[in-house]
Amino acid sequence: MKRIITATVQNRGGVLNRITGMLHKRQFNIDSISVGSSEIEGISKMTFVVEVSDRQKLEQLTKQLNKQIDVIKVSDITEKAIVARELALIKVGSSSQSRSEIQGIIQPFRASIIDVSRDSLAIQVTGKPDKVDALITLLRPYGIKELTRTGVTAFLRGQQPQVSEMNAFTV
Amino acid sequence: MRVEAKQEVEGTNKVMTGADLLIESLVAEGVDTIFGYPGGAVLPIYDAIYRSEAPFEHVLFRHEQGSIHAAEGYARVTGKPGVVLATSGPGATNLITGIADAMMDSLPLVVFTGQVARGVIGTDAFQESDILGITTPITKYNYQVKQIDDLPRIISEAFHIATTGRPGPVVVDIPKDISADLTTGDFDNHFDLPGYQPTEKPNPLQIVKLAEALGRAKRPVILAGAGVLFADAAEELKEFAERYDLPVATTLLGLGSYPGTGSQALGMAGMHGTYAANMAIYESDLLINIGARFDDRLTGNLEHFAIHAKVAHIDIDPAEIGKNIKTDIPVVADAKEALLALLSADITQPDITAWNEKIASNQQAFPLWYERSDQLLSPQWLLEQIYKETSGKAIVTTDVGQHQMWAAQFYAFDKPNRWVTSGGLGTMGFGFPAAVGAQLACPDDTVVAVVGDGGFQMTFQELAVVRERNLSVKVLIVNNEALGMVKQWQGSFYEGRYSESLFGFNPDFVKLADSFGVRGMQITKEADLPAALAEAFAYDGPVVIDCRVVKQTAVYPMIAPGKGIHEMIGVTK
Ligand SMILES: Cc1ncc(C[n+]2csc(CCOP(=O)(O)OP(=O)(O)O)c2C)c(N)n1
Repeated sequence: MKRIITATVQNRGGVLNRITGMLHKRQFNIDSISVGSSEIEGISKMTFVVEVSDRQKLEQLTKQLNKQIDVIKVSDITEKAIVARELALIKVGSSSQSRSEIQGIIQPFRASIIDVSRDSLAIQVTGKPDKVDALITLLRPYGIKELTRTGVTAFLRGQQPQVSEMNAFTV
Repeated sequence: MRVEAKQEVEGTNKVMTGADLLIESLVAEGVDTIFGYPGGAVLPIYDAIYRSEAPFEHVLFRHEQGSIHAAEGYARVTGKPGVVLATSGPGATNLITGIADAMMDSLPLVVFTGQVARGVIGTDAFQESDILGITTPITKYNYQVKQIDDLPRIISEAFHIATTGRPGPVVVDIPKDISADLTTGDFDNHFDLPGYQPTEKPNPLQIVKLAEALGRAKRPVILAGAGVLFADAAEELKEFAERYDLPVATTLLGLGSYPGTGSQALGMAGMHGTYAANMAIYESDLLINIGARFDDRLTGNLEHFAIHAKVAHIDIDPAEIGKNIKTDIPVVADAKEALLALLSADITQPDITAWNEKIASNQQAFPLWYERSDQLLSPQWLLEQIYKETSGKAIVTTDVGQHQMWAAQFYAFDKPNRWVTSGGLGTMGFGFPAAVGAQLACPDDTVVAVVGDGGFQMTFQELAVVRERNLSVKVLIVNNEALGMVKQWQGSFYEGRYSESLFGFNPDFVKLADSFGVRGMQITKEADLPAALAEAFAYDGPVVIDCRVVKQTAVYPMIAPGKGIHEMIGVTK
């Protein structure tokens, strides 16, 4: 099962190395990790999308993360009301003929063209990973020359439903 | 000298080097012994040691690995952190085995390594190595000091992290220009570690659950691990086990947490554990693990481990609970706190007379056994003789292999912290230097290093240290002219193809000792042993005793790899 885990960490030297090293050593499958500063100085926020086989593995993962000296808080937010977003930059081959066609494809995704050259277009898309996946699939026939994704970053919505309901979000 | 100079300038303009600041901080932490080896990147620190009049001792080993294993031995018998100092590059990399060993066995160490100057870090400078990168997976935490004024805070954090919660090694990497630089001013060693707050007190609800489960249990058993020793909870464990008449099995590292000759003792459980201990775990309906981590050498095949039991697990490290074994009653706590809570809990005496009778009959019917020989020494008998000669009161360190298992089986530890062995990493070369560290920590105790002829050849250079300091360590070589444990496995599982496990040559250990100015003895007949041991233990100084043992002897009983805890072989002759 895929889970979204967030961790609040003290921004000390080597923290990313320590955490990714632990995940690797303990053979956890990581789909993506994103890291950046948080609202508090000196504190970073990490978002992991992980694939775990069962509850026991999941519990181990959160415990091993929590055990790290620099990790202040770990939350599994998969089943909460959350906003989760990923950014992708996609460079596709395009001629003057295909350009408007591509524009038509990306429009419903609210993606934008951020760079144009004679034979390519750079597209920026933000959204849930499945939306990003869908766009990539549609663009593939045009020839993807370069692709880079940031990995998911996420947090809880301001309002949580009273009864915890399974989140419709698929990662 | 240094101390006076400092007092002179105090109040005016306190000027000191980073190295002086380091020494001052160590003294403030109550450090009495540093296990180290000098080199270029730590010259400023060694200069500060030279100038310091602070009341601590630096012990110069002959290899960094020796120094760190000694620090582990020191930490194991005292409960205090072992402090290690080595230079950058090769000095630091020579420490790796010891750091990994301490991590696996949860030993508190604070390891200082020199580093090249800040300006050249990352340029592959002479004797630069990325010691933070290398040690990240094998340390509880590690630091590189980036600014001189951070030193006091980092050092207090390092000692705090190494010694609290589940103990472990912490590395502090100090660039040379930081230890050489001058600094003035007042330092703040106050720290805040918001992500590090070990839970010591148990959750009362879980204690109630455990108390209820115990009251209803028909076949309870305690498994005691090193967590009991780290928590200084041997007294409480004894009281708890004896109050409710509960049998106690111990892990390899937990030996001594409950008296080896105590009324409830089943001895060691696991791969070479006793039949009674392993069967008690296999058949139990309530397994109370106190401070053990369900290592695979203990559990055997997980599919057969304690399959009928409700499992309660008391551990200060939450990540150990449920890691290998599904746990019904998790108790995240310091073992002492948990035992104190259990001692004051309301528990109905379980009806376990039949269970205890069954265990007693297992003990009667299937004790540890061995064969005597009229040639050479029987190794198990040898360990029994050591036990007798030292009245069971020695500090015993071991190396890794057959002799280690025989020592665990045949030397009963009635007191905690007298047993020093490398369990998790299984590090050959550990035993002798660890004994040196234990002897430095406890100068008045009898310290015996039980080693194999293989492992002793990995670190015997520390004979120079015992000679230099006239430390009374008694080195007992269980000499089978082979890598005995490897040979045993090749005999059992590889049809006797003894690939590279038989020594074609061994040094003359008596002459070797002699070359270090250390007394050497060789024993080839059982009849000669008692007198030799009496002489060796009466002698005030180090002795190496080369005991020639029967070469074919195997360690039994044994849970073969992949087998369940109830599937022991070699239970009887
Ligand atoms: C550093 C290291 N290398 C290799 C091993 C694998 N190993 C485990 S036991 C053993 C044999 C030990 O032989 P010896 O020291 O003579 O002790 P014995 O088993 O004969 O008592 C070996 C090679 C190890 N544990 N540690």
